[in-house]
Amino acid sequence: MSAAGTPAPEAAPDLEVRAVTKRFAAHTAVNAVSFSVPRGSFFSILGPSGCGKTTLLRMIAGFIQPDEGTIAIGGRDMAHVPPNRRPVNMVFQHLALFPMMSVGENVAFGLARRGVGRAERQRRAEEMLERVGLAGAAPKRTDELSGGQRQRVAIARSMVLEPTLLLLDEPLGALDLKLREHMKVELKQLQSAFGTTFVYITHDQSEALVLSDRVGVMSHGRFEQLGTPQELYYAPATAFVAGFVGANNRLSGTVRAVEGALVEIDAGQGWQVRVRAHAPLAVGAAAQAFVRPEAITLARTPAELPPGQGAHSGEVTDMLFDGANSAVLLREAHSRRELRIALPQTGAFADLRPGSRICFGFDPERGIGFAAT
Amino acid sequence: MSEGAAGGKWSGRLVLALLLAPALLWLLALIILPHADLAVLSFRERVAPRQYAPSLAQYRTFFGEPLYWHVFVRTALMSAIATLMTLLIAFPIAWIIAKLARGRMSALLFVVCLIPFWVSETVRTLGWMILLRESGVLPAILVHLGLTAQPVELLYHDATILVGLVYTSLLFMVVPLVGSLESLDNSLIEAAYDLGARGLSILRTIVIPHAAPGITAGCIVVFMLTLGNYLTPTLLGGKNSLWFTEQIYTQFITRFNWEQGAAFGFLLLALSTAMVWLGLKLSGQRFSDVMRRV
Repeated sequence: MSAAGTPAPEAAPDLEVRAVTKRFAAHTAVNAVSFSVPRGSFFSILGPSGCGKTTLLRMIAGFIQPDEGTIAIGGRDMAHVPPNRRPVNMVFQHLALFPMMSVGENVAFGLARRGVGRAERQRRAEEMLERVGLAGAAPKRTDELSGGQRQRVAIARSMVLEPTLLLLDEPLGALDLKLREHMKVELKQLQSAFGTTFVYITHDQSEALVLSDRVGVMSHGRFEQLGTPQELYYAPATAFVAGFVGANNRLSGTVRAVEGALVEIDAGQGWQVRVRAHAPLAVGAAAQAFVRPEAITLARTPAELPPGQGAHSGEVTDMLFDGANSAVLLREAHSRRELRIALPQTGAFADLRPGSRICFGFDPERGIGFAAT
Repeated sequence: MSEGAAGGKWSGRLVLALLLAPALLWLLALIILPHADLAVLSFRERVAPRQYAPSLAQYRTFFGEPLYWHVFVRTALMSAIATLMTLLIAFPIAWIIAKLARGRMSALLFVVCLIPFWVSETVRTLGWMILLRESGVLPAILVHLGLTAQPVELLYHDATILVGLVYTSLLFMVVPLVGSLESLDNSLIEAAYDLGARGLSILRTIVIPHAAPGITAGCIVVFMLTLGNYLTPTLLGGKNSLWFTEQIYTQFITRFNWEQGAAFGFLLLALSTAMVWLGLKLSGQRFSDVMRRV
């Protein structure tokens, strides 16, 4: 549960954000957000566009000032410290490499601003390019590089200044899917090689889950949940997190019965599903149940389902083949609700076709119910 | 099929030629022909009434008579100063229009720069004269404020000529500058700031290199306009203006010495060509890149 690279107890966290609020006219972009990022860890802020994550990042970088709250970096309060004086560097969304300079000049830019001599900064720039796997690229023009290489130049340009904190503003967003998958792994490796604290913002939950030690899920200017990727995935704290992080089936209805920690929810036309309640729910309350596609077991007959999983049935509407992520879409027999169910890797149900009837069930402990908001 | 393609190609060329024809005719009739004639004129000398012989006498006179080449050098220097001043004044204006003003505001500022050009150059220059002459508005205000004891003559100084030239040229500098500053991605400025740069070093390392084609384009246009300007220096500078176009006018119209005037015209053409070439060399720009900005 604790993040990788747990800091010594006396070391201040690299980033400490306390009750930061930012308003634009009537709109509150960031609303009393607090979190801290320990030294050497990878922290992601995950949220849909417009949730305030970019505003938060720009406040940490110093481009905008918070209305309330404090931001401390490396234990030092950053109020009224301009971006060029903060021990923080940023990798921009579209990288913002300087087209009027060579790759080497780009990397050496920050060193030149610090008054490092020409020979020394050239040496350090080349050394940094070598560390990111771009040895010998210094004399090239930035537009001669591929998307992935440009990405690495942008990181090298920041890392050469040895910042306390590296901020990354959706840097993978502009890349195509294949390269994005590749760069995800590379980014993770670069972070552990440098040991620098990374703060990464993204709207892509898979990036956040793969890369991060801890993730803050943001919606409407607030943190919905702060935790490890595993916590977000297996123990979402709110309906928003359950729906946003990873694939999930959302079933809304009213609570019919409460049995200890479990609730029975009527998901329409008398279809009853049993899930674990996140917080106590009253009978008759509106609720939302979430069940992950891989938590649901398929069976040909109700008898084949493990006991206690409820025996539901439905009609296949589509087969979604995607290798290890293959799934079947079906409509539940009573409520006609659409569900996504992961296909087992054994290939046992590969013969299903649209129109086939199939039984399914799930362990109520692996589903979760929230009060509807 | 190949015949059809060839026919299509041929008719395409015909259309292109027809479309270009007015511009090419204009170029030939108004620029190339007169210049060819001027070139012939400048290389001959009148030896007797209606008798001409080829000679370099016109150019020899220019270099032999200090007044002529003094005025020539002075015109070049004053034009260069006016260009530099225009650049320094236009740059912040262009920055505001391109980067700080939003939507309607930026359009409005552009119109404000354009307004002086709704009035003819003569009227505009006469306006300056009304403001600046000894019995004019500005000297009266200075006396009223107690800054000067008597009204001072603000016309007929070099500074007055420069003010007039900068005022006339401003728009031609602002337009290419706005174009090149608008295309500058704001995140580049933020990235430079983030990497430790301050205002001036961002200007030097990011903004000016990016805007260089626009700056060069504006400077070339303004320099050429200023060098060839006749009305503004003559009216605002009076007898002291000593502008080279005035010398050309004098040779053609007052002295009726077309040969000398033609030689002067060619010298001015050579000067502006040389200065443009020098400007491109110094700023490391290519002519084709720069002209796309105008």
